[in-house]
Amino acid sequence: MKDVKCECGHVNPHGTVLCEACGKVLDENEKKNPVLDMRYEGSARRSQTYNKTIIDKIWNFFSSVKVGVWLIIITLIASALGTILPQEMYIDQPPEVYYEEEYGWFGKLYYQLGFNDLYGSWWYLLLIAMIGISLVICSLDRVIPLYKALKAQRVTRHEGFLKRQRVFGINTHVDNDDFTVIKKHLKEKRYRVREENGDILAEKGRFSRWGPYVNHVGLIIFLFGGMLRFVPGMYVNENLWVREGETALVPETGEKLYLKNNQFILQHYDKNKDKTFKKAIEEAGEVVKNYQSNVILYNRVGENIPGEKPKLEAIKDYKVRVNHPLTYEGYSIFQASFRSDLEAMTFALTNKETNQSFGEMKINLRNPKSVYDLGNGYSVKLLSYFPDFEFGKNGEPSTKSRVPNNPAFVFRMISPENPKGETSFVAIKQTIEPSGNNTYKMSFKGIETKNVSGFIVRKDSSLWAIILGGIIFMIGVIQGAYWNHRRIWVQNKNGEVWIAAHTNKNWYGLKREIETVLTDTKLNIPEDQLQIEKQDKEVV
Amino acid sequence: MVTISSNLLFIAFILYLVATLFYGGAITSKKGAIDKKGTNRWGKIAVLLTIIGFISQLGYFITRWIAAGHAPVSNMFEFTTFFGMALVGAFIVIYFIYRTTLLGLFTMPVAILVIAYASMFPREITPLIPALQSYWLHIHVTTAAIGEAILAISFAAGLIYLVKAIDQSKASKRTFWLEVVMFSLVTVLGFVAISSTFSGLGYHEKFTWIDKHGNEANLEYTMPALTGPHEGKLLTKEGFQPLVEMPALINAKKLNTVIWSLMAGLILYGVIRVILRKRIAAALKPLVKNIKLDFVDEISYRSVLIGFPVFTLGALIFAMIWAQMAWSRFWGWDPKEVWALVTWLFYAAFMHLRLSKGWHGEKSAWLAVIGFVIIMFNLVAVNLVIAGLHSYAGS
Repeated sequence: MKDVKCECGHVNPHGTVLCEACGKVLDENEKKNPVLDMRYEGSARRSQTYNKTIIDKIWNFFSSVKVGVWLIIITLIASALGTILPQEMYIDQPPEVYYEEEYGWFGKLYYQLGFNDLYGSWWYLLLIAMIGISLVICSLDRVIPLYKALKAQRVTRHEGFLKRQRVFGINTHVDNDDFTVIKKHLKEKRYRVREENGDILAEKGRFSRWGPYVNHVGLIIFLFGGMLRFVPGMYVNENLWVREGETALVPETGEKLYLKNNQFILQHYDKNKDKTFKKAIEEAGEVVKNYQSNVILYNRVGENIPGEKPKLEAIKDYKVRVNHPLTYEGYSIFQASFRSDLEAMTFALTNKETNQSFGEMKINLRNPKSVYDLGNGYSVKLLSYFPDFEFGKNGEPSTKSRVPNNPAFVFRMISPENPKGETSFVAIKQTIEPSGNNTYKMSFKGIETKNVSGFIVRKDSSLWAIILGGIIFMIGVIQGAYWNHRRIWVQNKNGEVWIAAHTNKNWYGLKREIETVLTDTKLNIPEDQLQIEKQDKEVV
Repeated sequence: MVTISSNLLFIAFILYLVATLFYGGAITSKKGAIDKKGTNRWGKIAVLLTIIGFISQLGYFITRWIAAGHAPVSNMFEFTTFFGMALVGAFIVIYFIYRTTLLGLFTMPVAILVIAYASMFPREITPLIPALQSYWLHIHVTTAAIGEAILAISFAAGLIYLVKAIDQSKASKRTFWLEVVMFSLVTVLGFVAISSTFSGLGYHEKFTWIDKHGNEANLEYTMPALTGPHEGKLLTKEGFQPLVEMPALINAKKLNTVIWSLMAGLILYGVIRVILRKRIAAALKPLVKNIKLDFVDEISYRSVLIGFPVFTLGALIFAMIWAQMAWSRFWGWDPKEVWALVTWLFYAAFMHLRLSKGWHGEKSAWLAVIGFVIIMFNLVAVNLVIAGLHSYAGS
């Protein structure tokens, strides 16, 4: 394609609307407008110039702000839809059951549409990806020509350019002193003043024009950080349960780190001590004050030999609390939850009639003995043990898991009178005697529990990109929002003084600034051509 | 300390009310209210009252902070009150940029409604649950609220624009929707009125009901139950027998409050219409006759420009930093997080439409209204209806 040479001598790339150097209107269509469209300085954007190949078409599609806005709106609506019902990650039942059970036909439909995991769905990720592409192409399509145009601009501007500025005015009275005053005022207002042939171009805040592109770069880095998560090894997210007094291997650390849980602490607010909160506590019942696990982090020393106890070296003694995770070499260990596990149960062998006890036995629920000798000829055999008891499908007792959530036992109680023993089935709050006429029973004496701390182990190697992206985004947004790019032209044309001004936003501020710049001169304040138009309309 | 604190809040509230009257006076008084050369005497008094009110509310905030030991932004009452204060603060800042008292006439009532709405929630000082015990509570919540408040100024300016720009001589879609906005504001007043009436009367009635899992539960209403809970049995003697029973899926108590508020809103609105004999927006029109359209348009856009970075920082970036520390992930698609994202996306779309599609003026004003609706949705509906991890903010 041919470049366009302007009458001022500047060579513009094909597709340019306003000459980069003097601002002369090169596009015939634009000449009809009383006020110029100054976006991107009328520079030659690829998307506005080429539309032949498939690449052109794709480029043009993604470079359109219209498309970008649609992508934002669709993502916005989709995101909102995902909040109607809880997402899959926040429910603790299988989703195929949960949604219908909790929310009826609507829940079922929600699940069938795949909204239960909306933010992880392929189409949501596709939307985000398209926004990413749109960000890159939109920015490239605009920032390069804009940069070139702003760099090439000359002080002296074409008449057609000046009179088609939104703020514009003509003065027939010419006084050279006025120029000196204006220059002084402009400099006081921190304008960069350039002069050529007695014409003035005052400019400030050009860097705010780069704000949008800077923030887009930040967003792209942020999204890239989000993508890094899918790279294996970049992102570790594991649950770790450690019982009090035990040491566990921290997952995904290459079998290097071990964590010992010394103690789990749960504290509630005390309405007598925390008097300020008395009323609120009475209303809410119990309010948790602190979840804390006192832990020691260990490093394994030496080779890992299977079957042998690893040698451990303590690295850190730490109190893990909510908001205060333990961090070490990129790993963070968070206090996430806790539970109380049954540890042991105590029973007494008792005569049903006399209620006389013949000794107590404590059963370790993780490691029960098969016989408990109570002395004097009394003993109890543990025939079967169901840590997580339920009646199976055929009515037989069975266990759901190895975790002692609901322990049940089959005992044989041996006594001097009954050396063969009597059988008794004991579960929580129930006893079944197969023979129906036992002399002895196992009476429940107490339980011991042990706290188990729930930790989340996390390592996120993509955080740096997220942080960097966030910082750059903020810089860009502030740069674009809190500064304005203002230009004021004061030029000699046909023996008159023409004043024109442009800003990318905040016209009110620009007009006020022009007023101060023109004080102590005989020059008229230029008018806002858009406003004149509107006032005309309003009068009609 | 707690008493001082609530007294200061009350003083602030009264001052805001009086200030609003003065803003009205500033517009109607003859001496060129919108003249470039500044504000008339009424206007000056109004601004002064606003500033004293703001300082008084700041006093409430500080004394309550001292009493509680943490910044009072940890429950619905405290957060919403702070939002109201931020709104007044944002108005004061914008006032000193643009010097228009008309903006006060539209902003102060919104702020008053917000604070009145806040005081309908339990006002006790609540202890912090472990997840909230972080200095990020102060940083994240206050910055987010300030950001939202500045964005809300664009709503007030947008409203002025619409009141002025929309032709009220004949009914149209535009007059209808503008009136819907007015009605919504009146309904908030209705909610406040009806809640305070029943709580003033000390109304209570108790039910037992069957929840969706088939469990029996207790429920206490503070307004007569128009919509009763699922298989509810009224326990209170002389209590109001529900007119309709709701299925277990629906929260009958909240629905009941909504219905009462709507009824109160309708009655209030009806009374206002009877008195005014025209649409509220039409009645407000004479107040805005002196202001230039593109001037309010600029205030509206400027508020978005100032508020957007603050909102991003507070509601997204600080939120992410804190979430990373408290919940071990910076982003978890919790409803509150998602709605902060929705708000952010909306204002991003707003700015793109304005910059490149040339959506200035009325379109831009409508967008400012929608943006405020989204912010309010995030404040009210997400806390009370959707809940989630941020649910402690719901009481």
